[in-house]
Amino acid sequence: MTGPGRLPSIARAILRGDRRALARAITAIENGDPAAGEVLQALFPRTRAIPIVGFAGPLGVGKSSVINLLVGHLRHLGRSAAVIAVDPSSPFSGGSVLGDRVRFEGRAGDTGVFFRSMASRGAAGGVAAATLETSRLLDAAGFDVVLVETVGSGQVDVAIREIATTRVVVLVPHLGDEVQTLKAGLFEIADVFCVNKIDLPGADSARRDLAELVALAPPGHGWAPRIVGTSTTVPSGIPELWTAVEDHEGFLDSSGTRGEGERHRLATEIVGLVRDRVGQDLTSRLERDPALVRLLDQVVARKIDPRTAADRLRPALRRRA
Amino acid sequence: MTKIATTPKSTPIRVLIAKPGLDGHDRGAKVVARALRDAGMEVIYAGLRQTPEEIVRAAMEEDVDLIGLSILSGAHMALIPRVLTLLKKEKAGSIPVFAGGIIPDEDAKRLRSAGVRAIFGPGASLEQIVTTAQKLARTAA
Repeated sequence: MTGPGRLPSIARAILRGDRRALARAITAIENGDPAAGEVLQALFPRTRAIPIVGFAGPLGVGKSSVINLLVGHLRHLGRSAAVIAVDPSSPFSGGSVLGDRVRFEGRAGDTGVFFRSMASRGAAGGVAAATLETSRLLDAAGFDVVLVETVGSGQVDVAIREIATTRVVVLVPHLGDEVQTLKAGLFEIADVFCVNKIDLPGADSARRDLAELVALAPPGHGWAPRIVGTSTTVPSGIPELWTAVEDHEGFLDSSGTRGEGERHRLATEIVGLVRDRVGQDLTSRLERDPALVRLLDQVVARKIDPRTAADRLRPALRRRA
Repeated sequence: MTKIATTPKSTPIRVLIAKPGLDGHDRGAKVVARALRDAGMEVIYAGLRQTPEEIVRAAMEEDVDLIGLSILSGAHMALIPRVLTLLKKEKAGSIPVFAGGIIPDEDAKRLRSAGVRAIFGPGASLEQIVTTAQKLARTAA
């Protein structure tokens, strides 16, 4: 293991609690700056596999408000918390309005809290490419819990599965009948269902539908998703929500599935990184490498099909590697 | 030769838009946020009733290239210099700050000499604001 003296200075600053260094390192990750790789490499041994709690759910259900209150509750319990709030980038301009901070109380002067807005920058699935590595930096920086707010999602934005240790799906009353809860996607990833705006009419039937969904699930996973009702206008249910999250984290430990999940997530991450690198490398070579350009020309001329071209590319890749 | 789009190494400008103090008129800030978004920037919209301390904290955590403050309450001479002072205290005095709102010429002059890089009144066009923001972010980098 490298001693602290040999760490890059920005990594040392992050370990010292320098929030600006942390913020800059996150920007470096987002921008694909090579300096980020160095920091991540240096800090990986310092990570403790802390709880990463992901929040998914449709637009406007109150994810930001719930997270804001949850951070308050965690501080009350004496635990530090960092938030990564992801909002979509425009497919047209690339720009973004990151508005989750509006719901976040400043808590000026409290060093036990950190809030970072993050644009999705074209990534599908509800999180940004930089979200996972950012959560790792926050782990190394000493936070007890990381809360990830995903892009207000549709039914298929389940990428948070590959990042979070506990997934909270936030819903509100009147999102549809019980058949919606049977559909694939969002409802399948929940460890905890948070029915927010519980003060609205229809809350009881929303909870009932979810309870039925949970009851229908085949046993054997060992964890039946919890259903918690919350309100953020007249705050209620937040301690119960955190208890449900902690119970799930406890289940991961007692059932021995935490290690398994961690292993699976890391494998997915490594495969993803290789895929990105090979993809970038290949894309640039299809432009420059004469043999590959000829192959592409053949496809364009309809002499071979894309699958055949891909088959021929694979040995070519191995040769050059 | 066939041209294939390679993944661009994009580094969008990150800008914080906030309203210090107590006025509730946030339409201007929202219109500007949207225009900056359409110009390809990542706009961290902090919204209403921010204290200078909260604004500076947000700027640090979000690692912004630029800060835009909208203020229509008349308290600009108290709040804006306070933001500048706190930024300097955080050794972040190099982050350019621009302001918009109802700011009399005399005050604007004083704010400029205190370090505010640009001030936009009611007559400013969005194009002007976007161009200035881009220029400020570039010179800061």
